[in-house]
Amino acid sequence: MQSVGVMLCVALLSFSLFNFVGDPINNMVGEETSTEERAELRETLGLNDPIHIQFGRFVVNAAQFNFGKSYQLRRPVSELIAERMPATLELVIASSILALGFGVFLGVYTGINRTGVLSNIILFVSLAGVSLPTFVIGILFIYIFAVILGVLPSFGRGEVVQIGFWSTGLLTASGLKALILPSLTLSLFQMTYIIRLVRAEIMEILQTDYIKFARARGISNRSIYFGHALRNSLIPVVTIAGINIGTLVAFSIITETVFQWPGMGFLFIQAVKFVDIPIMSAYLVFIALVFVAINFIVDILYFLIDPRLRTKSENRDG
Amino acid sequence: MADRSAGLIHRIRDSDIFHSFIHSPTALISSCLLVVILLTSFLCEFVAPHDPFTPASLSLMDAFTPPFWAEDGSMVFLFGTDGQGRDLLSAILYGTRISLIVGFSAILFSVIFGVSLGLTAGYFGGRYETVIMRLADVQLTIPSILMALLVDGVVRGIISRELHDEVAIYVLIFAIGISEWPQFARVARGATLVEKNKDYISAARIIGLPNRLIMFKHILPNILRPILVIGTIGLALAILAESTLSFLGVGVPPTTPSLGTLIRLGNDFLFSGEWWISFFPSFFLVILAFSINLLGDWMRDTLNPKIN
Amino acid sequence: MDFLEITNLNISYPTRRLLVAAVQDVSFSVRKGEILGLVGESGSGKSTIGRAILGLLDEPGKIEGGTIQLENHDLADPATEISSFRGKRIGLIFQDPQTSLNPVMTIGEQLIETIQTHLQLDANEARKRAVALLDDVGIINADARFNDYPHQFSGGMRQRVVIALALCADPDILIADEPTTALDVSIQSQILALLQKLKADRNLAVILITHDMAVISEVADRVVVLKDGRIVEMGAPAAVLGTPSQTYTKSLVSSVPPTDRRIDRFPIMGAEQNHAADHNLKILNRWQLQKNTGASLVRVEALSKSFSSEGFMRIGTNEPVHAVRNVSFEIREGESFGLVGESGSGKSTIAKMIVRLIEPTSGAIFFEQDDITTLDGPALLAFRRKIQMVFQDPYSSLNGRMKIKNIIAEPILHHNARLERADIDHYVDDLLAAVDLPASSKERYPHEFSGGQRQRISIARALATQPKLLVCDEPTSALDVSIQAQILNLLKDLQEKLGLTILFISHDLPVVRQMCDRIAVLKDGAVCEIAAAEQLFASPEHSYSQHLLNSMPKFQP
Repeated sequence: MQSVGVMLCVALLSFSLFNFVGDPINNMVGEETSTEERAELRETLGLNDPIHIQFGRFVVNAAQFNFGKSYQLRRPVSELIAERMPATLELVIASSILALGFGVFLGVYTGINRTGVLSNIILFVSLAGVSLPTFVIGILFIYIFAVILGVLPSFGRGEVVQIGFWSTGLLTASGLKALILPSLTLSLFQMTYIIRLVRAEIMEILQTDYIKFARARGISNRSIYFGHALRNSLIPVVTIAGINIGTLVAFSIITETVFQWPGMGFLFIQAVKFVDIPIMSAYLVFIALVFVAINFIVDILYFLIDPRLRTKSENRDG
Repeated sequence: MADRSAGLIHRIRDSDIFHSFIHSPTALISSCLLVVILLTSFLCEFVAPHDPFTPASLSLMDAFTPPFWAEDGSMVFLFGTDGQGRDLLSAILYGTRISLIVGFSAILFSVIFGVSLGLTAGYFGGRYETVIMRLADVQLTIPSILMALLVDGVVRGIISRELHDEVAIYVLIFAIGISEWPQFARVARGATLVEKNKDYISAARIIGLPNRLIMFKHILPNILRPILVIGTIGLALAILAESTLSFLGVGVPPTTPSLGTLIRLGNDFLFSGEWWISFFPSFFLVILAFSINLLGDWMRDTLNPKIN
Repeated sequence: MDFLEITNLNISYPTRRLLVAAVQDVSFSVRKGEILGLVGESGSGKSTIGRAILGLLDEPGKIEGGTIQLENHDLADPATEISSFRGKRIGLIFQDPQTSLNPVMTIGEQLIETIQTHLQLDANEARKRAVALLDDVGIINADARFNDYPHQFSGGMRQRVVIALALCADPDILIADEPTTALDVSIQSQILALLQKLKADRNLAVILITHDMAVISEVADRVVVLKDGRIVEMGAPAAVLGTPSQTYTKSLVSSVPPTDRRIDRFPIMGAEQNHAADHNLKILNRWQLQKNTGASLVRVEALSKSFSSEGFMRIGTNEPVHAVRNVSFEIREGESFGLVGESGSGKSTIAKMIVRLIEPTSGAIFFEQDDITTLDGPALLAFRRKIQMVFQDPYSSLNGRMKIKNIIAEPILHHNARLERADIDHYVDDLLAAVDLPASSKERYPHEFSGGQRQRISIARALATQPKLLVCDEPTSALDVSIQAQILNLLKDLQEKLGLTILFISHDLPVVRQMCDRIAVLKDGAVCEIAAAEQLFASPEHSYSQHLLNSMPKFQP
C-alpha cells in the first residue's frame, strides 16, 4: 500500500518537473519553429488538456516506461535507460555485496571485542571512511592503482558481453578488473556505515536481560553472539541496509562520473547540467522503483526474522 | 550575578560530560583541529599568504608550481599553485570558509525545519503526524545527493544561467538542507514520543500550560541531545554533500571555489602529474570532515547512555 | 558444612569520584532444601551478591576479597572456571520475565539449547526433558506450546518458562532475583508456591532476593537483612522480623504497612519521627480553607474508554481494547478514595480521565457541579487549578532541565500571573517547607535528589495551585518501604491540615488499607465492588475481591 503511495508521489514530482520547469515545447523544438507548428505540437502532445488528464496520461506512460525523447540526445529515454541500466545495476550489486558482507562481519567483530586493539583500528578506519567523500576515494584509487601502479583501469567497463538486451562485464577478465575500483569506491562509505550500525546494535543487545540470562544458564559465548545477539540485531540492520542500498544507486552517480562508468548516473548528471527533463524524471521514477522493490524485500525479511509479526500474541492467560 | 556564573562554571567543571571531554584524546584533538580550521578560514583575509581571487595579483608565470619541498617548489607557495598561478593554500582557506558556511547554513536549515515538523508531529499525533512522517518517508526514498541534484536541476530550469551563478550558493544551501530534514524530523519525533509519555509532560498539561509552552519549554530541551549528535554528524555529511555537488559541477561556481570545486579543477591535472592541485584540497576536506565526525562520535558515546 | 558458604565477601564498584563499596564483609550460607531470603532496600547490595556468585557482576564491579565456597571450589577465586557452574550447578532468574527471554527464538529452542549445552542428549531426548520441565513448572499443554515464542505467553507463564530454563541441568542452587516484583499479586502467589514446591521436590537451595518483607515472611526459611552492603541481622524470619534486635530492622519492620489493621501513622525511627508531626505549614496562610461537608466532589457516571490501535492501512482486524467499562462512583469532599486493581484493570486510565489527560469514550465526570468533559477555555483552567496529580515514577515526573524553584513556580505563575517575583519565591520556600525539604533545594536540579525527595518535590508542585483534589497514581510503588512510610505519612498530614480530598490509586492492598476511607475494586476495566475500607478487608463481598485478598502476601512477623 505504502509503495503505491510512494510511487504516486514520485510520479507527481516528476510530472511537475515536466510541466513547470521551463516550457516543454521550447525544450523539444528548435528556435526556428513557427508559432503554428508549436501550437500544433502542443495539441498533439495533449498539453492543452486539463491537468489531471495530463497527469493520468503521464502515469500510464510511466507505467510503460515511456518518458518521451531526451531533449539533448534526441532519442527515446526508455532506450537510453535500458542501454545503461545493466552497467549501473552490476556496479550497485557488487558494492552491496561488499558493503553488507564486510560491514556485518566487522560490525559483529567490533561489537563483541569492544576494547581490542584491532577493533579500535577498525573503528578509527571506519570513521575515516565516513569522512572520505566518495569522489575523493575514487580519485585516490585511480591515482594509486591506475596512475602510479598501473594495475587496474581507471575508466570504463572493459569488454562487455551482450546477453539479450543485457550487456554484462562480469564474464570477461577486463570487465571484472574494471569493476574492482568503482565497486570498492562505492561500497566503502556504506560499509563503514553498516559496521558502526551493527556494532552499536550488538553492543546494545549484549546489555539486555535475555543475554544476561543466557549467560547465567551457561550458554557458550559463540552461541550467545551468533545465535542470540546477531539474530536480534538483524531487524534494525535490515531496515537501514535496505535504505542504504537505495542510496548506493544514487551515489553511483558520483562513482560513475569519477570512473566514467557508462551507467545511468552518468546519464543523469549530464541531464541535470542540460536540464534534460525527460531523463531526469525517468531516473527519478527508476530510483523510486528500486526503493519500492527493496522495501518489499525488507518487509519479507522482517516477516522471516521477527516472530512477533508472524504470530499473534495472546493476552493474559492468568 | 557573579555567584550564579561561578555556580554554572562549577556545574560544568563537575559534570561527567566535561570530565569525559578532557579525558578523551579524540575529543580534544578533533576540537582543537576544528578551532584552528574555523579560525584560519574565517580570518582568511588576514591569514592567507596570498589573495587568490584578485586576477591582477595572479601571474601565469607562477602556474603549476609544485609544493615547497619539491624540486621546483618555492616557499612563497607552500602547497604550490594551480593552472592560473593561484596559491593553493590561500585558495583552500577561502574554499574552506565557503564549504563551512554552506554546510552550517544547510544543516541549520534542516535542523530548524526538521525539528519543528518532527516535534509537532510527535506531540500532536493523528492525521497531521501521519502526513508529515509519510512525507519524510517518501523523501527518504530519494537519496539526499539525488534530491540536491534535482533541486539544482529545477532551479536551473527556472532561472537563467547568469542569474544561477549568483544564487548558486543559496540554491545549494536549500538543496542540501531540504534533503536532510527527514532525518531530523524522524529523530525529533521519536524522542518527542518518548518524552510526551513521561509524567512531567502530564504534570505540565494538568497545570494547564498551553501546548506551545509544553513543546518548546519542556520537550525541546529534553530532546536536544540526540539532535545535537546527529546534527554534528549531519554537518560533516552536509560539507561532504556540498563538495560532492561542487565536484560534479552543479555546486559552487568556480569564481568563488569551495573545496569541492578546487578538487574538480585539480582532477583534470591528475594524469599529467600535477597531483597536488587536487590532493591538498581533498586532504583539507577529509581532515575537516574527519574531525567533525570524531567529535560527533565522541558525543554519541557520551551523550547516549544507552550505548556505553 | 552448608552447601554454599560465603565468607567475608567484599565487592566494590570503582567510579571516577569514589570507590563504591557495594558489599562489605558479608558472610552467610545456604543449605539444600531451604529458601534463604536476602532482603534489603535499594542500594543494600542484595542483587550484587546474587550476581557475584555466578561471576556476572556488571562492569566495573569487582570482588575485592572473601570466598564463595561451593563444595571444594571457591567461586570468588578468579582462577575458578566459573562459567562451568552457570546453569549446571547454579541457576539464576531475573526480575522481569518480559525481557528475560530471547524474543526471536521459540521457548523450545531456548530450552533445548540450554539442555544440550550441559547434558549429552540428542535432540529427541532433550525435547522430552524440556517438555517434562515445562510440565513441572506448571505450563499447561506443554507439548503443544513447545514451539511458541515468548510473546505468546502471559507474564506469569513467562516467568514459569524462565524458571524451567534455569532448571534445565538440574542445578543445586537457584538464585531468584526479585522473581515476582514485576507480576500481579495473584500471579505472584502462584510463582512463590512453585518455588516452594521445587525446593521440596528437588531438594533445591533457593536464594530469594527481594525488597518485599511480606514475601520473605511468607516463604523464607531463613532471612538475611542487608543495608548499605552490610548484613544487619540474620536468622529465622519469625525472630528477625518479629523481634528484631537492630534499630534498622525495627524501623524497616515498622515501615511495612500492616495487612490486618489500620494505623494512624507509620512510626518512623530516628530523627524525623518527632518533628514530622508538626510540619511547617506556612502555606496555610495562603490556603482558603473550607469546611469539608462530605458532599460529593467528583461524580463519575457510566464512564467508558476504549482504545483502538491507530494507523490507517493496517492489515488485520483491530478490535478496540475496552480499558474502562461503564464505571460509576463518587468521591466525597475530604475523603481518601482508593482505586485498586491489578495491571490492566483500568485504574490509571480512570485517573487520567478525571484530570482530563485523556477524553472518555462515553460517560460523564462531574467535578463540583460541572461536567468536566465539556469544559474549555477559562473554565478548564479554573478546573485544572482545583485538581492536581502526583505520579508513580519519581524519575520521569520532573523535568530534568529545570531547577526545582522553576518546577514549583511554574504552576504558581501560570495561575497567578500577577504575583510579584519575591512573593513567588516566598511561596516556593513555604511549599518546600511543607514537604520537609530545605529551602536550599530550590537552586538544584532533579537529578541531585533521591526518589523519595523527588516525590516530595512532585507533591509540592501539585500543592502550588492549592487544589481541592489530589490524584495520587501509585505515588509510592517505586520507593523503598521506609521512604514509602514517610511519603504516606506526609500525604496523611497534608490531607488533614489542608482539607484535601485524595484519589489514591494503587495495586498494593496493604498500602490502600492504610490510606483510604472507601475503596473501589476494579477488574478488567469494570468495578467489582465499592466498600468502606475496613468493611472490604474484613468481609469482601465480590469473589474477585476475596481472591485478591487471599493472594496478597501477608506480613506476619
